[in-house]
Amino acid sequence: MARDTAPRAKNGYRHQYAIFAFMVALFLVLPYVIYPVFLMQALCFALFACAFNLLIGYTGLVSFGHAMFLGAAGYISAHAAKVWGLPPELAILAGTAASAALGLVVGLLAIRRQGIYFAMITLALAQMIFFFSLQAKFTGGEDGIQSVPRGVMFGILNLQDMMTMYFVVLAIFLAGFLLICRVIHSPFGQVLKAIRENEPRAISLGYNVHQYKLIAFVLSAALSGLAGGTKAIVFQLASLTDVHWTMSGEVVLMTLLGGMGTLFGPVVGAFIVIAMQNYLAQLGSWVTIAQGVVFVICVLAFRRGIVGELGRFLKKPL
Amino acid sequence: MFELLGISPQALFGQLLIGLINGAFYAMLSLGLAVIFGLLNIINFCHGALYMMGAFVAYLALQHLGLGYWPSLIVAPVVVGAFGMMLERTMLRHLYKLDHIYGLLLTFGLALVIEGVFRNEFGASGLPYGIPPTLSGGQNLGFMFLPNYRAWVIVASLGVCLATWYVIERTKLGAYLRAATENPTLVQAFGINVPRMITLTYGLGVALAALAGVLAAPIYQVSPLMGSNLIIVVFAVVVIGGMGSILGSIVTGFTLGVVEGLTKVFYPEASSTVIFIIMAIVLLIRPTGLFGRAH
Repeated sequence: MARDTAPRAKNGYRHQYAIFAFMVALFLVLPYVIYPVFLMQALCFALFACAFNLLIGYTGLVSFGHAMFLGAAGYISAHAAKVWGLPPELAILAGTAASAALGLVVGLLAIRRQGIYFAMITLALAQMIFFFSLQAKFTGGEDGIQSVPRGVMFGILNLQDMMTMYFVVLAIFLAGFLLICRVIHSPFGQVLKAIRENEPRAISLGYNVHQYKLIAFVLSAALSGLAGGTKAIVFQLASLTDVHWTMSGEVVLMTLLGGMGTLFGPVVGAFIVIAMQNYLAQLGSWVTIAQGVVFVICVLAFRRGIVGELGRFLKKPL
Repeated sequence: MFELLGISPQALFGQLLIGLINGAFYAMLSLGLAVIFGLLNIINFCHGALYMMGAFVAYLALQHLGLGYWPSLIVAPVVVGAFGMMLERTMLRHLYKLDHIYGLLLTFGLALVIEGVFRNEFGASGLPYGIPPTLSGGQNLGFMFLPNYRAWVIVASLGVCLATWYVIERTKLGAYLRAATENPTLVQAFGINVPRMITLTYGLGVALAALAGVLAAPIYQVSPLMGSNLIIVVFAVVVIGGMGSILGSIVTGFTLGVVEGLTKVFYPEASSTVIFIIMAIVLLIRPTGLFGRAH
């Protein structure tokens, strides 16, 4: 797993504030330069990848079924907004809560095994959710849930407006991102890192490792759900694509490419992967091939990812 | 009795047969995964893609070289096995000292590449592959009609599985293999070329997948996506059985195939999820799997 190698001085994280400020400034300007729908898609996936990174990068748990949280929350949020007529904030919240609950059940099962078994179990359970979504009535099968109303958030923000929608998505992403930063830098986050580095030692120090892993898993699932619910409202669509195993692979790719165990890596990775998908879309299955090749190169030559390598070069954890 | 259950014997035995066939493929694939994992400590995610490749080699050999089904049973495993050994030599070899998860990620990437290339070339729809003339037709057993080819698949895969078990558990070569699984350094110290053995083992596991692919070609259509959907179920089978025992993977594979077939008769809605539900139950009761060893 990725390790941050830089010395941890008292103010060793100060540069992260600067980078964070730069990132916020960039996201405030970008929608006037780049197509906002692309940015919203990338932001949703960036949040998804950050949530995933909490597990793979900071706890050392490799989930290969994270699509189930993204997809399930998408379905619940879409259903809540369309059929129950809930306002968008409650619809997204309903999706997030559903993913957290699903995360609790899956987590309880999956943390009974470690390493690659953990990966296989999460993959298999995600496939089960996929088949459930394919067959259940309310998900609409192959069609998915279409033309979900965006609605009016908090009674004042009309999400039909592109820019309003963009800044709401940005706010949700930043809230999720800051929560993850807080968790990582908290004592709880330090214990997670201890588990990643040496699980038997963490146990011998008296930490209830299972409990820590489970909390991290549920948190990651909930934040993935937040991303999925937001995405469903933005695109007014919840479909099988989001629960399919290829989506689980994509989030692994985003995190790996950006840098596992780095704060900003998943954001960079998500933007690159989404851009690749958008610009190579007309090439059909070449996208899959390109993604596979990036996977192979990352694993063989480039395991720290873009931001991880950069951080090593600058001797600072990013 | 059948009238009581409201199910026709044809449907029951028909699904039982399909279950046995699926089970045969689960068994062959999970066996290959177990053999590879034992020595390489890698979960071979591209196993499904290589199974698909086996079917395609048979298809292409027939289209372009006029090679029929029987030669393909040899040619496809050899070709795909050689391809696998090339992958091991050039890529997987560099990962043995790292966390096991990197092996999974690399082979996942390889699976995407292989599948993408075939989808680019042949599209996503299935291509037909005929049943060899010697095995066409079938037997009427009185209570059901048994197509000859399906009977052959069950017998052949059972034979291959048992042969693999025999080689690994009962021969000197297998003893080296098992010893290298336990302690590769010590085995190497005894003068056995462990890196070469690892390459050959990977080739063997991959060849098993390709052989399963050729056997599957006349039953399912030859399609670039045939492997990826199967491999996730096989992962669940591996978790249920545990990777500790060769015989265990064979038994689990066949049993779960039959269970899946029976679910299709009695409660069709759950037929695609039943294996995952069994996996969840097994994890609750016996986390190391039915035949697994605790680490």
